[in-house]
Amino acid sequence: MSKITGADRYKELGLMVGLELHQQLNTSRKLYCHCTPSIHDDEPDGKLIRRLRPTQSEMGYVDPAALFEFQKNKRFCYEYYDDTTCLVEIDEEPPHNLCEEAVDICLTMANFLHSKSVDEIHPMRKIVIDGSNTTGFQRTAIVAMGGDILVDNKEIGIQTICLEEDAARKIADDEKNNMRIYRLDRLGIPLIEVATSPDIRTPKEAQEVALAIGLLLRSTGKVRRGLGTIRQDVNISIKDGAIIEIKGLQQLDMLSTLVEFEAQRQETLLNISKELKKRGITSEKIRSAPIDVTDLFSKSESKVIINAIKSGGKVYAIRLPGFASLVGMELQPERRLGTEFSDYAKFWGNVGGIFHTDELPRYGITEHDVSQLRKLVKAQENDAVVIVAARKENCIDALEAVIKRAKMAVEGVPAETRTPLPEGTSKYARPRPGSSRMYPETDVRPVKIPKSRLKKIKKNMPESIEVKEKRFIKDLNLSADLAYQISRSINLDIFERVLLETEVSPTLVAVTLENTVVSLHRDNVPTDNLQEDHFVELFSLVQENKLSSDAIPEVLKYLAKNPHTTAQEALKVTGMMMASTAEIEKTIRKIVEERKDFIQEQGERSIGGLMGVVMRELGGKVDGKTVKDLLTTEIKRILSS
Amino acid sequence: MTELAKKGLSVKVKISLTLDASGYSELVLDKLLKAKASVGDTISVIHEDIEYTGILMPRSQVGSDSFHIAIKLENGYNVGISVDENTIIHRIKTGTKKKLVHDDIKREDKKLPSVAILSTGGTIASKVDYQTGAVNPALTAKDLYDTVPELQNHANVQADVIMSVLSENIGPSNWTKIARSVASRIKSGVDGVVIAHGTDTLGFTSAALSFALQNLPVPVVLVGSQRSSDRPSSDAAMNLLGATTLATKADAAEVMILMHAQTSDSFLYAHRGTRVRKLHTSRRDAFQSVNDYPLFRVNNFEVEELHHPLLRRDKSRKLKLKPKFEEKVALLKTYPGIEGGMINYLVESGFRGIVIEGSGLGHAPDALQSAIKSAIDAGLVVVMTSQCIFGRINMNVYRSGVELLDIGVISCEDMMPETALTKLMWVLGNYTDSEKAKEQLLNPIAGEINMRSEVSEYHSDIGGV
Repeated sequence: MSKITGADRYKELGLMVGLELHQQLNTSRKLYCHCTPSIHDDEPDGKLIRRLRPTQSEMGYVDPAALFEFQKNKRFCYEYYDDTTCLVEIDEEPPHNLCEEAVDICLTMANFLHSKSVDEIHPMRKIVIDGSNTTGFQRTAIVAMGGDILVDNKEIGIQTICLEEDAARKIADDEKNNMRIYRLDRLGIPLIEVATSPDIRTPKEAQEVALAIGLLLRSTGKVRRGLGTIRQDVNISIKDGAIIEIKGLQQLDMLSTLVEFEAQRQETLLNISKELKKRGITSEKIRSAPIDVTDLFSKSESKVIINAIKSGGKVYAIRLPGFASLVGMELQPERRLGTEFSDYAKFWGNVGGIFHTDELPRYGITEHDVSQLRKLVKAQENDAVVIVAARKENCIDALEAVIKRAKMAVEGVPAETRTPLPEGTSKYARPRPGSSRMYPETDVRPVKIPKSRLKKIKKNMPESIEVKEKRFIKDLNLSADLAYQISRSINLDIFERVLLETEVSPTLVAVTLENTVVSLHRDNVPTDNLQEDHFVELFSLVQENKLSSDAIPEVLKYLAKNPHTTAQEALKVTGMMMASTAEIEKTIRKIVEERKDFIQEQGERSIGGLMGVVMRELGGKVDGKTVKDLLTTEIKRILSS
Repeated sequence: MTELAKKGLSVKVKISLTLDASGYSELVLDKLLKAKASVGDTISVIHEDIEYTGILMPRSQVGSDSFHIAIKLENGYNVGISVDENTIIHRIKTGTKKKLVHDDIKREDKKLPSVAILSTGGTIASKVDYQTGAVNPALTAKDLYDTVPELQNHANVQADVIMSVLSENIGPSNWTKIARSVASRIKSGVDGVVIAHGTDTLGFTSAALSFALQNLPVPVVLVGSQRSSDRPSSDAAMNLLGATTLATKADAAEVMILMHAQTSDSFLYAHRGTRVRKLHTSRRDAFQSVNDYPLFRVNNFEVEELHHPLLRRDKSRKLKLKPKFEEKVALLKTYPGIEGGMINYLVESGFRGIVIEGSGLGHAPDALQSAIKSAIDAGLVVVMTSQCIFGRINMNVYRSGVELLDIGVISCEDMMPETALTKLMWVLGNYTDSEKAKEQLLNPIAGEINMRSEVSEYHSDIGGV
């Protein structure tokens, strides 16, 4: 591996990255029907079963992966809810008109990104037949094109802003019945897709661009929050490599690692290709037909192999000329070329996995087995052997897929769509689909965007998060840290509403929302139950001097546990009502009298020490400032007497 | 590769899509004509200092417009660009279209049954052109056969387009043509006939054919699809395969409609041609038997008989073709406030028969009585059915019914209004003597009338409870 590090290393590799950020929009209806967007965990009301047939376009193009699944008789089970899904989601009713609210959010985003909106939005059907859309296509439309975003003083181009419908949620794979189970709650939720130009040059920059766009999306105030509401597709290539599309990354903080590992993978694949060529291997030379080697393993100690044979399966082998030591080469942490072979075998042959000689003897396969195997397939020292144990047809399909992938290894990096893995690595998903899979959604009328609409959007632009953050520091006197936190917080709406409706200290509100609630949550208080109204009422009480800021945690705790009560009631029950001045004076006088000597000795410095004593005595029923004022007066009185 | 993919061997041919039917008008059309741009050409549009390049799309499918031009960008998306006086349009490149060249359809397999697939147009026959983005409703039956290659493993198919008419436009003269085509295929010895037809009036056509094609030797199966065949989720392929299976395997010889039984792609139901109605605007399982049961269940190339067909398959039986229909017959739905003038108009316009879709057990407002009487006096045949959809009419129960009977209105028992309409057209088309026609009307010839109504025929679960 190259010793150069950082940006220089990626410059040398010729790294190019483009992002497609998808975020769910917070609209009152779905994009093409009038169902409320909501994700469910309860039992669905029913299910239905469908198949999807690859349509042959007039270009003669059929998605090979989809065709493959269709031929294997793959069926899809869709779970529905009567109250939040309708005939549109199950493809039993034509789509309704585009949700105008969603269009407005996209236009707002277009304004943020200096993107030019189209004059007429034409919804398209993009063929997707993995079952995630009941129709067999995803509806998508370009709303705006061009534009840019400034990240760390570098201009990153924006290619398109699209409005799409989200896909159905995959619930499970029922291998036994060759069925994939989806839930329809997510299908049709509006998604904005912001696609950047491939202007990104380092993994770190990819992360920063994603954050910057994410921040703008949140600035619209109209995006959904929480797990699964934002997903990224990342297109990554290096010089002489291929454009690899890694689809559906949900953990944004893994983005730079993902890019780094993909660049590393492509670099190693190119090195493998060079080495193979050096060894005189061409793709024509890789043509071994699968050989039945079941007899060799009839008494094997490998449980996987014996189980396969016992259930009527076979063991097949192929020879990969010149691949010795390369199949075991690591492309990404814990992923070798052999793992890529295995991905292909699993996808096209539906087998559990493969064994290759670079990792053997191991897994109960002995050295003797390996040398016999090598002999049987006539493998030279420089060759690798791959074996698989399964039903005969699956073995053949799997090994043919391995041969196909091995041929690609000679050429370098195959263009693929890949699935991100939790560690920042990725695995093969399917071949990269061609571009000719789109045709107009003729059931929906195009939406015209007149100039008047754009003017209205421009006039009502929300404040961007960054402007907001600055305003919080300047106008509300929040600390830089707190302003950063609250401006990006899920509680931002509550914060702004409380400030609008009450006159309490912005810092107190921000600290309560960002720190107090978090620490209560950490103490297992069910803070998810807290409603916006709870906070508004709570701070009104603070403003009216009925509640001291020190009593806030106690009252919130009660409200979280009893979400149907009001803050006023909570105040009564917890006994956290503000003590009267008379009561405070009485307590202070008592404490001061008891500690006269101490006061004489310490002078005015005694205020600090006695504050704690008084506060403890009065609990949260007073606020510190009142106590301090009264205490100071009282101590001064003692000292002067 | 696979049979589906193998079929597509493409060559480039020039396309010449004129702007006539493209949906453009006025200013946009002018500018396109001046630029000599045709649909499918790559053009450049400069509007407000921004240049857009893409393939000119037709916009007839999505609504015509005189201020926007639709182009397909390189990334596959279509967008609409405003056009005003200052917009500049250039043609950059003439469009080419890859046309599929099909492999020869495999040789006939003597062991397989033969089926004629007749295409009439409609949703089962539409296909997308990804180049221009247009969904073409007119698709040859051969195309249909190409898109469902599994067909060739189950039958020797003779595919023909006999017309290309959207379902809502199909009328009595089309029924005649279809009936004649079916008869000629049957005479040539096929084991069954499949008719691909749009779903809107599928029930009317099936009833009409039930009367026109008598003494059938083999099954005649009408089939449609509720989701257009250009989409992967279409029900067209499953319905078509099922129809072929039914036509070649069912031990029956009558006219049937075969469609999805459920919203799932699980199995299909074959309904008697005179006893079936489109009961939903859009669902796959829209077609249901009315006042009767489905006859067959088709599941993955297996046919299961649920109820006895009218006739068994017998290729030696000689078909009687009676394809004439009287077009001057009306179907009139009564409603609160209806006026007799409606009927007077029909009489004055030379109509020969009226099917009344009355209320309840077969009633019409008293206000219509005198008009009905003059219609009958003028020689029209007036018959009564019910708008209730399910159940039998009985005009003896209430005064209004009794009076209509006395005037001479004929009670159609449990016959569906659509079926009664086609039957009245058929009897008036084939019998000049109106007494003979009336007699034939009530004589069940294709299961259209049954004097027994069984308990389980009614779907009490409609409405989802």
